[in-house]
Amino acid sequence: MVLISKQDILNYGKGLAVIVLILLIWEVAALVIQNNYILPTLGAIFTVLLHPFAPVLGGESLIANMLQSLKEVLLGFFCAAVLAIPIGLWIGWSTEARAYFNPVIQILRPVPPIAWMPFAIAWFGIGINSVVFIIIMGAFFPILINTVDGVQGVRRRWTEVAMMLHATPFEQVRTVVVPGALPVIWTGLRVSFGVAWMCVVAAEMLPGTSAGLGFLIMYAYNLGQLQVIGAGMIIIGLIGLCADTVFRAGRSRFFSWQGRE
Amino acid sequence: MEPVLTLNTITKTFRDSEQNCPALAGVSIDAYPREILCIMGPSGCGKSTLLRIIDGLEQADAGTIQIAQGTMAGSLSVAMVFQDPALFPWLSIYENIVYGLRLTAQKVPEDEVNERAAALLALTHLDSFAHSYPHQLSGGMQQRVAVARALAVTPQVLLMDEPFSALDTFTRRELEDEVIRIRDGMKTTIIMVTHNPEEAVYIADRIIILSERPAVVSEVLPVDLPHPRDPAGPEFIRIRELVTRRVLGKPDP
Repeated sequence: MVLISKQDILNYGKGLAVIVLILLIWEVAALVIQNNYILPTLGAIFTVLLHPFAPVLGGESLIANMLQSLKEVLLGFFCAAVLAIPIGLWIGWSTEARAYFNPVIQILRPVPPIAWMPFAIAWFGIGINSVVFIIIMGAFFPILINTVDGVQGVRRRWTEVAMMLHATPFEQVRTVVVPGALPVIWTGLRVSFGVAWMCVVAAEMLPGTSAGLGFLIMYAYNLGQLQVIGAGMIIIGLIGLCADTVFRAGRSRFFSWQGRE
Repeated sequence: MEPVLTLNTITKTFRDSEQNCPALAGVSIDAYPREILCIMGPSGCGKSTLLRIIDGLEQADAGTIQIAQGTMAGSLSVAMVFQDPALFPWLSIYENIVYGLRLTAQKVPEDEVNERAAALLALTHLDSFAHSYPHQLSGGMQQRVAVARALAVTPQVLLMDEPFSALDTFTRRELEDEVIRIRDGMKTTIIMVTHNPEEAVYIADRIIILSERPAVVSEVLPVDLPHPRDPAGPEFIRIRELVTRRVLGKPDP
């Protein structure tokens, strides 16, 4: 059972107060400026948000665009995880592999994922494949780096216990290294989901896309419909918040031992 | 009686690019069935290294080790308890104890796994904690689990590397009694490294004193006192002081 203490409620209240304050300032500013091309009123933004299934600006609905972005993020994120976790386990486990791959990782890692866009378009054409490629490039490195760190952080003594009980190298990895590194891998997944979400919006803003929240924001900008941009940004923020909550819940559910061993 | 473990002139030098650091210079020890041996010596003399060599975690440069083979399926010749419990925090107490039994090296059928776990949980008084997780247990209880995990593979020889040094005096005494009970109940030979002379005299049948690095066996002291031993008894105190002097290399008064 989850017990919510008075302190929790108070903290939620404090957070909520700041949000309300920002909304208030926004609304006052919008009323003073009286120009929808600079600052749309909250009313206009919420009108868009309250009709999520209605076609927006003659195109797909807010929900449809959101689902498109979400689909691309999940696909890219999943591919990145499937690639990065095994490679990370290998590099973390083997000093030899680390010697070979660490330099190339350190060079590629700081490249902003969106810089891959021209190559993406050249290789995969305009469309979802390019966007997913960008997401993979963005999500891959946080997972990889955290997996390598996680494996290297596995206590030597745990591995020795496994060796003492005659675990095979494969069993050492399966029963000690993977579970021991999992909390840090999880952190990598959490970080990379955030990165993936940023990548999708940025990638969709580039020319040639025809769906997704990033596309919607750019499209609304071209038509001067700033309330749609506001609504799109709020949806992006809320999905990010939801994802982070899921990851945090997973962490306290599965890795409550971390830091207490 | 045949020894269960024979170490014959075990030699070990640690080498790195800068220097050679000789740790063991020909250590020979026999351990007999159901015997509790305590290994003592100045700190850094290579006691832990010796246990790690017996267990196969380190390779000796020279010398031979003969260990009686496990008598039943799913048993190892030696198992070790480290200074820290090193339990797997993501596994329950029960899963920690049976960890070794589920490895392919042991291949113990699942009903026997349950049987052995139940017996060990009872032996170590952990019955009610089978489904708890390590972080919910005190240090002393965690070390009990580590002992149970090592005993699960029914080793001929149980190695213990300063297993109770991080525990308070009372918990320590309880666990020392438990070691004696385990020896009596499971007929295991126990080799324990300790730096506490009282602990050694309290549980050991023989105390092996190693010299300073590079270590050789400098003396073997038998402790012929009946259990339970009284740490306040005159003979106990005499042996304890003798052991202390020998470890420190001080002459007898």
